[in-house]
This record gives sequence, structure tokens and C-alpha cells, in this order.
Amino acid sequence: MSRILLPPSYGTSLSRRRFVQGLAAGGAMLGMGLNPLQGNAASYQHRLGAQVLRGNRFALTYSPTPVNFTGKQRFATAINGSVPAPVLRWREGDTVTLNLTNHLAEDTSIHWHGLILPYKMDGVPGISFPGVKPGETFTYKFPVIQSGTYWYHSHSGFQEQTGAYGAIIIDPKEPEPFSYDRDYVVVLSDWSDEDPDNIYAKLKKMSHYYNFRERTVPQQMAEIQEKGFARYMDERTMWNRMRMSETDISDVTGYTYTFLMNGVTPAEGWLGLFKRGERIRLRFINAAAMTFFDVRIPGLKMTVVAADGQYIQPVSVDEFRIGVAETYDVLVEPKDDRAYAVFAQAIDRSGYARGTLTPDPALTIDVPAMDPAPILTHGDMGMSMAGMDHSGHDMGKIKMQEDQKPAMDHSGHNMSNMSGPEQPMSGMDHSMHNMAGNEQMQQGDMKTKPMMGSGKAGYGSKRAIQHASTEYGPHVDMRSEAPQYRLDDPGVGLRNNGRKVLTYADLFKLGPTYDPREPGREIDLHLTGNMSRYMWSMNGIKFADAEPLQLKYGERVRINFFNDTMMNHPMHLHGMWSDLETGDAKHIPRKHTVIVQPGARISYLVSADALGAWAYHCHLIYHMPGMFRKVVVSKGGAA
Amino acid sequence: MKLRNMIYSMLLLPSLVTAGAADDPVLTMLKIDQLETRNTDGPDPLVLDGQFWIGRDLDKLWFKTEIERVDGATEEAELQALYSRAIAPYWDMQFGWRGDFRPKPERNWLSVGVQGLAPYFFEVDAALFVGESGRSAARLEAEYEFMFTQRLVLSPEIEINLYGKDDPAVGIGSGLSDIEAGLRLRYEIRREFAPYIGINWSRKFGNTADFAKADGEDIEDTQIVAGIRLWF
Repeated sequence: MSRILLPPSYGTSLSRRRFVQGLAAGGAMLGMGLNPLQGNAASYQHRLGAQVLRGNRFALTYSPTPVNFTGKQRFATAINGSVPAPVLRWREGDTVTLNLTNHLAEDTSIHWHGLILPYKMDGVPGISFPGVKPGETFTYKFPVIQSGTYWYHSHSGFQEQTGAYGAIIIDPKEPEPFSYDRDYVVVLSDWSDEDPDNIYAKLKKMSHYYNFRERTVPQQMAEIQEKGFARYMDERTMWNRMRMSETDISDVTGYTYTFLMNGVTPAEGWLGLFKRGERIRLRFINAAAMTFFDVRIPGLKMTVVAADGQYIQPVSVDEFRIGVAETYDVLVEPKDDRAYAVFAQAIDRSGYARGTLTPDPALTIDVPAMDPAPILTHGDMGMSMAGMDHSGHDMGKIKMQEDQKPAMDHSGHNMSNMSGPEQPMSGMDHSMHNMAGNEQMQQGDMKTKPMMGSGKAGYGSKRAIQHASTEYGPHVDMRSEAPQYRLDDPGVGLRNNGRKVLTYADLFKLGPTYDPREPGREIDLHLTGNMSRYMWSMNGIKFADAEPLQLKYGERVRINFFNDTMMNHPMHLHGMWSDLETGDAKHIPRKHTVIVQPGARISYLVSADALGAWAYHCHLIYHMPGMFRKVVVSKGGAA
Repeated sequence: MKLRNMIYSMLLLPSLVTAGAADDPVLTMLKIDQLETRNTDGPDPLVLDGQFWIGRDLDKLWFKTEIERVDGATEEAELQALYSRAIAPYWDMQFGWRGDFRPKPERNWLSVGVQGLAPYFFEVDAALFVGESGRSAARLEAEYEFMFTQRLVLSPEIEINLYGKDDPAVGIGSGLSDIEAGLRLRYEIRREFAPYIGINWSRKFGNTADFAKADGEDIEDTQIVAGIRLWF
């Protein structure tokens, strides 16, 4: 048995720790049957991650597969008997054929997340195809016309929660703009022993069911003592009136989740081997059902070279937040013969996934302590002024709190790697930036480029915020009144933490913008919901009641998201790229999944170059049933 | 009867909506707010205060009951069957029927009320009742929660009953009839299951108090209580 590291305690009982930590040697192991006593290689074999399948023909089979991550046996909706599913390694330019056989007792599907393909191959039941019935085989066949890091997962029911996900690596035709000696996939996920239908039902009955970081009386007393009663009550006004909790970060937490890295529990952690001096490419994929992760490798700078499979201008960071369904490729160069912790703490700090990069499996490294649990601010609620169900309250006196300001220190920014001639300038609508070094930016520089919100391609919309009449009613508990572009905001829990944290303001396409046209029109989408009733919708209309969004084939359209909730929503458009407006018209990065921060706005451009019907939704699995749209791209269109 | 049809149609719904991962499945919830024994001079009563609902996000069929048994006999029993409709983000409007089975004779009421979460996190249930022979009643319940830890919760609550006219047969007088206030400290072993101890104070007022005195009953009582709270 390999040595099990017990990380620092965070005030929980042993049984609880085991639950969050998971079981050593748990999971669905392809190397099953290996005797742990057979020797070193065998003892860590199961920690090395999923098997890799190469070629252009694949047989993939869903079957109920026994797994044990917590000490209790459960059945996963696993693909080819492993969680995560095998890594599929394709070559750009190939046509791949994948025969999917369903041995589950329910319908299933596979969606190829981030891939550009004919819509009937996209794998969304009810939109692309009818789904795959029990006992049936469906053949996917499509040309691979892109390269990079992607993933695949079930798009049926809540099967993603129960293990139906895996990585896709597509090797490019052209040489890559960077080199590396080792190449690892790092799939992050969240496992629960509970039936996902039960999780969903519990959230509907008691939305704070999984939040065990609620404010307590002792905390309140301490605050009153510190601030005085009047100021305390004043600061609590918004929360008290909105009937919301600023500790509500994740709907589902480490109370039920065991966080996995490449299917390995935190008790052991994934194992990545290297030789000193090697450059390692880590392909991070967030395949979790509900969990955002904050990832860092203490002691190593990470150079981010791709986002959602697409090359970006390299940027050196200490840490990045990865939303559900996003991918980031980073390069690291360990200089020492020692072990490094790959640490992915859940956004609410209720647990973490972890791994070890090491030249020798016998070497271990302490797991870093988790950061304090984040607290939402008024800015996260989309206000300088309140946006509540009962309008007319005077919230004007609410001050922006100090930690609400985005991290300004970009001194860690590796500008020398920027191939573009211009400096990135984003988020200028609300703050001056402190760019490379400590030089204050000159007024003259600011005039050379449009600011965020100028309406120009690459710079976001200048539209005013308007709430539709459908946003009013018992199904919507909040409407942001002053949502801001917060591209340079690393997000709640990461602000001013002393580390250089990646933000969307750091993302610039390597090479020129794919489609430099100005948008022909704009579509506003408000992300809406009622947290306590656990209802989710867009523009106040849930999927079941919504008309499809109509796009005209060939048009360039801008999507404006306004987040009228207190949750992060990772929005995923199928079939077409989301060209995220980060403040440089010449280098607009392409993403497939875009985080819309709580109470914020964000914009991206879409080239409607894919005929057919597509899904468009929040990728948090328990938000998805309601916060979902069908998108139809046709030559008639609606443009 | 319209109400009965409504109940039947609600109960049939689950079989119709099982397809796919619908965003709004029909769910059920049984919630026992109080199942407790109270320490009194005489035999200790057993008290049940519970609810059951079946329905969707915005529409539910909601049952509420309060039962008090002493020495194997049911002294007080009330059941409400309500249609509950969300009218605001934190508020449901509820209307239907209330039946008081004990004490005898039975009383039936039509009920309309609101239930929800008021600003500053007060849970509120307020209802008006109209009965036979021009009887009327009003009830206000409110509850708050102080969390001492993530599992140890102190919960004060209050219930106030008012009646429109005297009903001597069941010992009720017009005006403010009774107030009950409780303070319960529970420990949530799981979210769904919490034993508690507490104190419960009640007092009758006005004509109701006079009726009680005439029957030789106390008009004010303070009791130590112990019980469990559970839901699923």
C-alpha cells in the first residue's frame, strides 16, 4: 500500500474526514486485481489516471460499474468500466468513428464537449438525436477539425454526476507553439454516494441543505462587538432583506462530495511522474457536476498556454479558477528533485482534489492548507444599489467593501511572452490597472483603445441593463441593478490573496481574431433563478417554457449575459465558439464555456457558422434542467 | 367536490411526469416540526405538529396537522388541506379547508393564508378562517432560528389565535383567545433529524380564559418539552 497522507485537519471528525478525503485505493480501477503487495509499481498503478485509447475507431460502452470512493460501494454510469472514462487521443484531420453501446437500464448519450461537428453528432437527446436506448448501439462519426484539450460526457439525466466523463486530446496537424517533455491529463470531478435525483430533491426542499458554513450567533456577536450594533445591522440590511446568505458559494459541497483528480481520492491523490528539468504539460479539465476548483502547484509557476483547447498568449500565474466544463493547459518546469502538490480546492473550501508531481513515487509532499471560505460581497450581488424582489428600498448607503475590488496587482504577469503588440487592457470601466511592474498607466495609453463596454467587437456591449417582465414573479428572487464587466476579477475567494491569479482579462488569442466582424445584433440573456425554491431560468423563463433562440446562418452576433443570481454560472454553447470579449479586438480568445460571475455581466461574440439545433445551458448539472435554451441556426434565421 | 378532485389530480401527477430530467419534478415532503412530550402536573401530553406537501416548485397540495393526546385520548386535533400557490419569491398563498376534530363538536372552516419567509429571516404563517354560523378566526405563527453552530439551533416561535365570536361548546371566546410561545434547542444530527429540548409557555385570554376557569382548567401553563424534529 502506498503511504497515505493525512492532510491538515479542518475541524471535522475522523469519519467525516474519511468521507471528504475518500478511500485510499478507491474508485474504478482499470488495473483491478493488482495485489497492492506485488511491489511498488503495482502500488501506485491505480493513481496514474485513466487509460489512453488512440486511433480513429473506438468502442465505448456504458455499464453500471461498481466503485468505492468513500468506503461504500456504489454503481457508476461508467464508460468502459472506468471513472473517469478512457482518454481519447485523436489526430486533427482524422475522421473518428465511435460506437457507443448502452448497457445501462436507462437512456444515455455522449456529448463531445467543445468540438465543432455536425449537429446530429453532438449527442444531446431531444436536440441532436433521440438518445441511445438500453441495449442499443449508436455510431458517432465526424471529422476532427480542431486540436487541443477537450472532454466528453453524458448529456442524459444526471449521469455526469455518476461518473460519465472523460478527456479528449487532439494532436494538431501543425507543430505546437510550445514544447514539453511530458503530457498529463488532470480531470477534476466531484463524486457523491447519493443518488443525484435525491440531491436535486433535497435542494428543492432545503436549498441550503449542503451549506455547513452558515453564519452563527458567536460570529454575529463578535462582529457586533467589533463594529457596534448600528453599523452591524446596517451592513446586514441587504442580506436580511434579500433573505440570502453570503456564505452560499456552492449548492452542493464536500458534505456529500469526494473530490477526485483523475478519479483518485484526496486520501492518495493522482500521481504524475517527471524527471528534474523536464517541462510538463498539464491539461486541466473540470468534469465536475457542480464544483468550481481553484488550482495551484505551490513552488511552481504555471504558464497557461491554452484555454478551452485553444491557444492563448502565454501567461504566467500562480493559480487559476476553473469553472465546471472549462479546460486550461499549463506548462510547468520543476527545477528540483522533489515532490510538488497539485492542489485543487473547491471554490467553497469544503474540500479539495489533489495530486503529486514527483520524480519518485516514494517522495511525498504536504497538502497545502485550504484558504478561508469565501464570503460574497454586495458587488457579487450585482449592486451598488439593491436589486431585490421588493424594489424601492434605499440601499444607496451600502458601501462597496474593500475585498470586493478586484485584485489590481498584475506584477506577476509575464508580459515578455505576449506576442501581440498591444498590452491587454480590460476591466477599465471601473478601475485603473497596475500593469507590468508598478508603473501607473498613462492617460495617453488609455485613449489608444476603446474601453470595455464600448460596443466595438472585442470590447463588450454598451447596452444598458434591462430586465424583462418575465423576470418578475415568484420564480426570480433577485435582479442585478448594476452588473459590471468584471473580467479582471479573479472571483470571490481569490481576490487579493497575494498570488497571481488568472482572470479572463488575461486571455488573448494566440494569433489573430478568427472573425473580426462587428456584431450585427446583440442578444441579452439574464441568468435568473430563485435560490430558495431552487428554480433556474434564463430571462425568467425556464427551458420547458422557452422558445428556441434563432440565429441566422453566417451572422455574427453578440451575446450579453447578465447574472441576476448569486451563483457563478458556467455557460456552454454547443456547436459554435464563444469569442470572449476581453479587451483586444485583434486577439479575441475562443471558449466553449464562459463563467458568468455572480452579479456581473460579460459578453461574447458568436459566428453562427453551424447549421442545426444546439444546446445552450449552464453546465452546473442541477441548474441545467431549467437554465437551458435550444439554439437553432438556419438560413432563414431571425437576424 | 372541487377540493376532492383537486386532491385526486395532484396525487395522480407523479405517474405522468417521470420522463427525463424535468426541471420541476413532483416531489413530496413530510415535515414533523414537533413531536414532543410536555412535562405537566398531570399526565404528560404528546404533541404532534406536522406538515406534508406534494407538488411542484410553484404549486403544491399542503396538509398541516396539530394533534395533542393525553392519557391515550386525543384532546385536540386539527387538520388542514390547502392548495398552495407561490405568489412571490418567498411567499406562498394557501387556501382550503381546516377541520377541528377535537374537542367535540367538530368545527369546519374555509381557510386563506400566506406562508413564507419574511425579511430578516422570520418564518411566518398567517391565516384567516371562516366557519359555519358566522364564525371566524385568525392565526399568526412566526419562527426564528439562531444558529449557535452549524447543527445547534435555538428556535423561538410564537402562535396567536383570535376568534370572531364565542363558541362555548369548544371553550372558545371572542377576541384574543390564546398565545403560545416556545423556545426549542435542537441538535441536527442530520439536516433531516434533530432531537430537541425546550420550554413552552401558553396562556388563554378573555372569554376563552373564563371558559377555562369555569371548567377548572389553568389559563396559563409553562412546560418543559422534549422531542424530535424530522423531515424527509
